[in-house]
Amino acid sequence: MALMELASLEKSLGFKKANKYSTQGNNKTPILQSNKGAPLIGLVTIASHLVQEAAQPELLGRTAEQRAVVRQWLEYRVTQLDGCPKEDIRSILKELNQYLEDKVYLAGSDFTLADILLYYGVHHIMADLSVQEKEQHMNLSRWFDHIQHYPGIRQHLPLVVVLRNRLYTGGHH
Amino acid sequence: MSEMKLFVSDGNPHCLKVLAVAELTGVKCDICHASDDERLVPFLSHPVRPVLLLPCGQHLFKANPICLYFLEVSGRDVCDLTSQWLEWEAAELQPALMQALYQCVLLGKMTEAANTLEGHLTYMEQRLSKGATPFLAAEEATVVDIVLWAALYPLLSNSSFLPDKLQCVARWFEQVNALPVCQTVAQRVQQQKSLESLKRFLQKQPLPPARCRNAPLCNRAEEEDAEREMTDEEIQAAGATWSRGLADRPTPAERRHPILPQEGKRNVLITSALPYVNNVPHLGNIIGCVLSADVFARYGRLRGWNALFVCGTDEYGTATENKAREEGLSPQEICDKYHAVHASIYKWFQIDFDHFGRTTTEKQTEIAQDIFWRLYDRGFLIPDTVDQLHCENCQRFLADRFVEGICPNCRYPEARGDQCDKCGRLINAVELKDPQCKVCKRTPVVRSSAHLFLDLPKLESQLEQWLEQSMSTGNWTSNARHITRSWLRDGLKPRCITRDLRWGTPVPHPDFSGKVFYVWFDAPIGYLSITASYTDEWEKWWKNPEKVELYNFMAKDNVPFHSVVFPCSLLGAQDNYTLVSNLIATEYLNYEDTKFSKSRGVGVFGDMAKDTDIPSDVWRFYLLYLRPEGQDSAFSWADMALKNNSELLNNLGNFINRAGMFASKFFEGRVPQMELQQEDKRLLAQVGFELRQYIQLLDRVRIRDALKCILNISRHGNQYIQVNEPWKKIKGGDEDRLRAGTVTGVSVNVACLLSAMLRPYMPAVSATIREQLCAPANCADAMFQGAGSFVCTLPAGHRIGTISPLFQKLEAEQIESLKRRFGGQQIQSAAPAAATVPASPSATIETSANPERAKQLLQEVAEQGDRVRALKAQKAEKTLITAEVAKLLQLKKQLAAAEGKNPEPSPQKGKKK
Repeated sequence: MALMELASLEKSLGFKKANKYSTQGNNKTPILQSNKGAPLIGLVTIASHLVQEAAQPELLGRTAEQRAVVRQWLEYRVTQLDGCPKEDIRSILKELNQYLEDKVYLAGSDFTLADILLYYGVHHIMADLSVQEKEQHMNLSRWFDHIQHYPGIRQHLPLVVVLRNRLYTGGHH
Repeated sequence: MSEMKLFVSDGNPHCLKVLAVAELTGVKCDICHASDDERLVPFLSHPVRPVLLLPCGQHLFKANPICLYFLEVSGRDVCDLTSQWLEWEAAELQPALMQALYQCVLLGKMTEAANTLEGHLTYMEQRLSKGATPFLAAEEATVVDIVLWAALYPLLSNSSFLPDKLQCVARWFEQVNALPVCQTVAQRVQQQKSLESLKRFLQKQPLPPARCRNAPLCNRAEEEDAEREMTDEEIQAAGATWSRGLADRPTPAERRHPILPQEGKRNVLITSALPYVNNVPHLGNIIGCVLSADVFARYGRLRGWNALFVCGTDEYGTATENKAREEGLSPQEICDKYHAVHASIYKWFQIDFDHFGRTTTEKQTEIAQDIFWRLYDRGFLIPDTVDQLHCENCQRFLADRFVEGICPNCRYPEARGDQCDKCGRLINAVELKDPQCKVCKRTPVVRSSAHLFLDLPKLESQLEQWLEQSMSTGNWTSNARHITRSWLRDGLKPRCITRDLRWGTPVPHPDFSGKVFYVWFDAPIGYLSITASYTDEWEKWWKNPEKVELYNFMAKDNVPFHSVVFPCSLLGAQDNYTLVSNLIATEYLNYEDTKFSKSRGVGVFGDMAKDTDIPSDVWRFYLLYLRPEGQDSAFSWADMALKNNSELLNNLGNFINRAGMFASKFFEGRVPQMELQQEDKRLLAQVGFELRQYIQLLDRVRIRDALKCILNISRHGNQYIQVNEPWKKIKGGDEDRLRAGTVTGVSVNVACLLSAMLRPYMPAVSATIREQLCAPANCADAMFQGAGSFVCTLPAGHRIGTISPLFQKLEAEQIESLKRRFGGQQIQSAAPAAATVPASPSATIETSANPERAKQLLQEVAEQGDRVRALKAQKAEKTLITAEVAKLLQLKKQLAAAEGKNPEPSPQKGKKK
């Protein structure tokens, strides 16, 4: 999974040649072998490295504060979202939805690497949600739809249908 | 920087990290000790520590990013190696560490804790011993060392924790621990009785995460991609099964009506929710009910079950009366007309009902009244009065849809008696302000009317007992279980079963004469009466719970009526009725990215599918491929073309066609001699596995999933042909020619199996394949016995017929034009006028194309457009502009209608049943 993400990220960043990756351990942590020096290990580390290499450091945040926020959501992705047990999914969706209530992107008004990796990480969950559940997490769905339509980001992933018109109203049946 | 606030709590190793790094980098911030239970970060579900409140008001709630932030603020950069260690710490070490801390501190099992951490500590040992530096990332201690020191401090500060072999880790820890920053911070926590607070911290954490020992749960995509490897035993067994052949299985008996339950057979009664007669069903209705039920019924017949599949149109009720008024016909005429429409649509979709009846029959009256009297005699019906609107002029009570007025909630002037289209809220008709009879436009009066209620609370315990048994032994989809439970949880209330209407089954009680049964009470009884119209011995199906398994198919909005309300009617009637044992409910099918809507003309409706020139079988395939099983799905034209071209044409059709063509071209239309090798048997094993999966899935009514098994088989088959290249081998020596023959023979047999497996899904294609292969009539029967076995049904020497392609490509232009055709403005009927436009005769919408009128309207639209632009330019009063804009829109609508297009959709809420 992580390897496909990295391949997609490379394409989004405009890499001409794809890097070679391997994985280690139970968690299938990705490894980037480079001829320059020691291999790099870990999704966040490799992704951040790729962004630097592509000379797009703004994707890691423009200020120290923004960089901290980006790092925080990247860590959230690999520690909370990945391998998350089924029963925790609800609370994660709720958290993200609430956080995104007043934000366009995870780091506020700038698109960053955090949006890309969180989008990849949350994709399989979003794809499984019913129309009603997506509607219940409207801020998250809006952000998700925004990112999947962001030029060059979606790559290997299928489009998840997010309806813009509301179907469900109120709590009655 | 002084506005920065750092919130920490005692005993939390993550707080130790940030405190030490703050010390290391010299970053100043207000340190606040906050109670652990206080939620500082508004969007997180649980309180966490540490939290850094940034000057900009953002919260940082993860320790490592806080540490790196301190690093950057103090003017240093974060390098890849630092990032890598911290990522490892958070993602890999922490889960194991939490478990180890739990074991050691709360359970007192230090050795176990050491074992838990062994892998991670060994990794550190290797990095330290191989690295050129005494610290993890550099010659001197960096943020990496501090973070890992803090994380491991609670365990490693006990010097006996580390096993001897981890010398480098031990030395490293000692060195870091001796750093002044660490000493300062460690002393601070020492004073706070670290162990006790650590315990408290751990007790508040979720139980040790089991996931760090197992593979992560979320990587489903990977699992699905993995090819299943066949073991040697499986391969040998598949070879043995194959060679059993057809033996002398008897040809299955023809279906003979009437089908009645039989002793010693599995008797399966299948119903699909009765479609409401006054409308043409859309694709969502078709896949949710009749098509799903049809696949299952066909599958049941293939399996040799004794299956009866009944359905029919639900014809009584207000909506029919409305429609009749609209079309100027009597309700009976409307029912006759639309029943025929439904029947012809289902015929086109090859829905193979044993009987497709209707609810407006003598039998319906007879059975419904019998159930009514039984409920009445047993005290399950209670009388009560209801306030209702009565139109003195029309001399009748007004059903919800016959009255309009001002919404009591949002003041929308055209709210219906049951719901407001503007705010969507449910309304009790008597609450409407200024109510109006929809027929004569006069003001109705409130009158109370006596009605009968089914006493659901009295039946509740009986219902629950039955539900528990039915759900535990039968097959109920999870949405059906869920919806049913939520109804029970909210508590049952008595439900009115009578109405002041004319078009319905009459209530036989003299005190309630002139009233009819409410549709929800009446319609499900239709299953019984329709069966009774099919056979006089209907009671053998419906009063035989011991020997009959009842499967109800429906969309999820229909669940409560089938799981709660109707069972209560039958339980209360106490006549040994057959109750549902398997309730199969689908989610919703959307159209492209919106809802099907008759009123807006969005989507494909049953009667239009045949005008698309796409064969019925392909429609069936795509709808079943998308079946909203477990989650909503969406119909998309582009996807339909893709699935047709990739799955049907290139995968399934290609394989079957190649297999047949090889046999007819290279072997004079006969199945060649076969000598199975390991590779052939491996294919047999793979195919056998998919067949058994298919049977397991369909037994559990997982219709969409089972379809994937068919496509997997042809994928295996294509690969098998590709690897073995029979078209080349046929030109070689004897051995090669034998090989080509074996591959061809196995392939046509796989094709024959596919024809059987396709039968429930694509009956016409399945029949065509059987015809092309001249397959024996008993072959499906043989392979669908028990768990399923793939046997050789077309032995060497078997003569096959003429092979021809099964599918056609769907071209992009064709799909584009269909998409345009069904995209929205399809139906030529009048859309309701927008609220701002006064309903005047000139505002009615033309309903048929009229070029003359169109020309005239085009001119009017242009003039009106100029008027609006002029007003806007003058900055005229808003109300004035709005009124003119409304006129313009109205004209555009009329123009569209006159041009034969449907007017722009007006926003409307979805209908509720």
